[in-house]
Amino acid sequence: MKWDEFFVTGEPMIYAAMVSIVLVSVAIVAGLTYFKKWGYLWRNWLTTVDHKKIGVMYIIAALLMLFRGGVDALLMRAQTAVPDNGLLDGQHYNEIFTTHGLIMILFMAMPFIIGLMNVVIPLQIGARDVAFPRLNAVSFWLFFFGAMLLNLSFVIGGSPDAGWSAYFPLASSEFSPTVGNNYYSLSLQIAGIGTLMTGINFLVTILKMRAPGMTLMKMPMFTWSILITSVIIIFAFPVLTVALALMMLDRQFGTQFFAMQNGGMDMLWANLFWVWGHPEVYIVILPAFGIYSEIISTFARKNLYGYKSMVVSMVAISLLSFLVWVHHFYTMGHGVMVNSVFSITTMAIAVPTGVKIFNWLFTLRKGKISFTSPMLYALAFIPIFTIGGVTGVMLAMASADYQYHNTMFLVAHFHYVLIPGTVFAVIAGYHYWFPKVFGFRLNEKLAKWAFWFIAISFNVTFFPLFILGLNGMTRRMYTYSASTGYGPLNMLSMVGAVGLTIGFLLLVYNIYWSTRYAKRDTTGDPWDGRSLEWSTPSPVPEYNFAKTPVVTKLDAFWFSKKENTSLTEGEYEPIHMPNNNGQPFIMGVAFFFFGFFMVFSWWIPAIIAGLVVLGTMAYRTFEKDHGHHIPVDEIERTEKALRGEQS
Amino acid sequence: MKAKWFLISVFFTLSLILSGCDNSLLVFDPKGPQAKTLSDTIIFSIVMMAGILLVVYILYTFMLVKYRASKTDENYEPPHEEGSKWLEITWTIIPIIIVIVLSVVTVRTTSEVENKPVAYANEEPLVIYASSSNWKWHFSYPEEGIETVNYVNIPEDRPIEFRLYSYGPITSFWIPQLAGQKYAMSDMVTTIHLAAETPGSYVGKNSNFNGKDFAHMEFEAQVLTDKDYEEWVEDVKETAPALTESEFDELLEPSVLGRKTYSSTHLEFRPAPEGEHAGHHHGGSDEETDTTHDMHMEDHK
Ligand code: HEM
Ligand SMILES: [Cu+2]
Ligand SMILES: [Cu+2]
Repeated sequence: MKWDEFFVTGEPMIYAAMVSIVLVSVAIVAGLTYFKKWGYLWRNWLTTVDHKKIGVMYIIAALLMLFRGGVDALLMRAQTAVPDNGLLDGQHYNEIFTTHGLIMILFMAMPFIIGLMNVVIPLQIGARDVAFPRLNAVSFWLFFFGAMLLNLSFVIGGSPDAGWSAYFPLASSEFSPTVGNNYYSLSLQIAGIGTLMTGINFLVTILKMRAPGMTLMKMPMFTWSILITSVIIIFAFPVLTVALALMMLDRQFGTQFFAMQNGGMDMLWANLFWVWGHPEVYIVILPAFGIYSEIISTFARKNLYGYKSMVVSMVAISLLSFLVWVHHFYTMGHGVMVNSVFSITTMAIAVPTGVKIFNWLFTLRKGKISFTSPMLYALAFIPIFTIGGVTGVMLAMASADYQYHNTMFLVAHFHYVLIPGTVFAVIAGYHYWFPKVFGFRLNEKLAKWAFWFIAISFNVTFFPLFILGLNGMTRRMYTYSASTGYGPLNMLSMVGAVGLTIGFLLLVYNIYWSTRYAKRDTTGDPWDGRSLEWSTPSPVPEYNFAKTPVVTKLDAFWFSKKENTSLTEGEYEPIHMPNNNGQPFIMGVAFFFFGFFMVFSWWIPAIIAGLVVLGTMAYRTFEKDHGHHIPVDEIERTEKALRGEQS
Repeated sequence: MKAKWFLISVFFTLSLILSGCDNSLLVFDPKGPQAKTLSDTIIFSIVMMAGILLVVYILYTFMLVKYRASKTDENYEPPHEEGSKWLEITWTIIPIIIVIVLSVVTVRTTSEVENKPVAYANEEPLVIYASSSNWKWHFSYPEEGIETVNYVNIPEDRPIEFRLYSYGPITSFWIPQLAGQKYAMSDMVTTIHLAAETPGSYVGKNSNFNGKDFAHMEFEAQVLTDKDYEEWVEDVKETAPALTESEFDELLEPSVLGRKTYSSTHLEFRPAPEGEHAGHHHGGSDEETDTTHDMHMEDHK
């Protein structure tokens, strides 16, 4: 292989990216060395098994990926803002929309949610940690290095370019001969294994580690949504694992599962992909519903309306989510019968979703609504997401979909669902729980500016796409001629995308500003919250709860405040905690190199890296590590300091 | 009040689209019965959905205006409400009814557009094979014995049956003003039925991403009067060259091409993947009676 095949060459934008990657890496290494932070980084972050820190790392990584995916989006919008634009060539555009989709869904939305659930779930259920803390760290590092592997493709070897759905035979080695889709199969595989383990971990955590008295029907709604999401993950991700493994075999070992010759079935890939892919969109949307439920009831100062029907509708959605995958290829020609059945199952999802919308509206009724920044996102979600929902019903009608399929109408629809659904929710959740983790609030004024920029620009960016789709503009086209008349609306959409960018930049600036200037919160409960996480001091100590709370009803903390009762009893006792460990990180690194060598079919180094992976697992099975105890006097000291009391 | 402004702007945009439909947007400007059915279906669904939006938006605005903290008394304590069985049943039943209505419409219109247009039920359709290769469309007219590349001429007021397949990645054949799209795949033939009722030139395209020059994969669908169509066919037969196998192989090479016309088709030496040449098919097709063509690849030497 020649060097210019190895490194991506020939475009100033990519050279600029390479230079900036090198510069940033050098700056990070130099900075860490200069400030003598290597030890700190290793001890406090890279080896941590604390669910809160793992959650924070997930969120930081997800924010970085939001920017990577966002730059992609901005470039795409810039390219299509005017007809016959020459900013990007076809190949570059194809790589960008592919990685944009992949990164946004798999390396931004899902990890952001997993980050929030890591931070919040043990706190909401009154637990000291997740069920398998070390496994949790493994999950994180697999996600992280999977994401890094995909990002590396941009400068080394070329990114995948067959769309995030990677349909065969286009994604086969015959039609996509570069290593791009090898990166696809391997980076998603590595990250996907991590996600599957997260699903198992949180299912067990929620089922086994709830505080005494917290029955299933007394769990906060966010915990419920994560319980259901974990179940979906456990059923959906093995399908992805198998599909990606077959893809790798097809591309790198010459099998013909999906490729064209010798009876390979192109549509088998499409089926497997969407059997995972459709539930995947519920993996990112159900937790969002949970987050909104928490936020809306907190800031309307009311308990959640129709708690039971909320739970029932989430269960219904999770079941239906596995029965609708064919709506992604109504146009495959399988006839009226099949299309009708899948139209009906798809539309059926609108019913439980509608129930939830009305329950939220009635939670607001007779409430006392305060417009904090998390609440603004939750409130904006309702009208915008409803547009996404009703256009989803329109798309579900098979006949009509013959006219929308693969057009900008579809692009508008799924952004109308994903952005107010997932992205607004994670931003809202992040504003909401930020003080819990860091002990201070983000600046409300800046947060509100960011909100208005994002909410308004979002509609400016994506509403025009509905109209463009109905006018026949297909998705994934890098250019079009002026005679199509697509120009003006695309330009409008570009203006919106710039507004969104400003909004997201304000969001990050707010972190900087608030870290420096915001007032510290010593109450642990800045929003007058309802669930258990607000009963701990902020920032939450390593062991979460000094004494295990005992729960008798839903919104236990809220009632304990109103009735002036205590959730805990008895004396402090020594707390058992797991030790930090570097093995998950090392395993992640080994997986990264394994994936990288596999991408280039360098078998010997790949086998060696694979052996290192197995070695870390073997090491773990022989290791004796019983964790450590935190003594009572240390707990007493920590609690007093965090509550702002003098000892 | 921001919510109100939002509401108003959404209303205006919606009415703008709805009023714009009859003359501008391709999907709302049908030129044949199949596309007309789809356009009507879409407009019907938009009206239904606008109704739902309206209900949600009115409730929403009401809640936000009435129950904001700044308007309520400082000592006001919101009540504890578990929910209401009747209200929750109401907002489950009504959506179920809506979904049932939409399902009925979907099943009817789907079967309508998947079959020959009703008004032409007794006429013999003109069969045209449309196959894709990177990044062009090949149209073979077995009846007339001619073939074109990147444009297709069809007679008006006659049912047309497009049979689609692909040499390479999946593509999706779409003439928005005449009919909805359908995939063209390498291992099977799918069918689009349509009829065109107004002579003119319409955009056709591939709407399924298939690599580098996907954006340029457009063709012109020209609807001609019967007389013009006959003349064109005669003209092609007399003046255009025959399509040889080697020339066809060259055409299959990845490239973007202009128009081509031939006085013979590639079906003779490169038959479509149907009947005994089929790879597999995806089942479920109602009219499909041929069950012999699963996995017959190996019979085809
Ligand atoms: C932040 C502003 C965003 C903008 C301006 C934006 C814009 C775009 C554009 C222009 C396309 C490609 C259209 C095409 O050529 O087909 C696209 C595709 C896509 N976007 Fe976004 N997007 C944004 C955020 C997101 C988010 C947050 C998600 C997911 C959580 C997302 C998921 C996707 C997916 C899955 C695709 C399809 C990729 C494919 O066709 O393979 N986007 N987006
Ligand atoms: Cu789906
Ligand atoms: Cu097929």
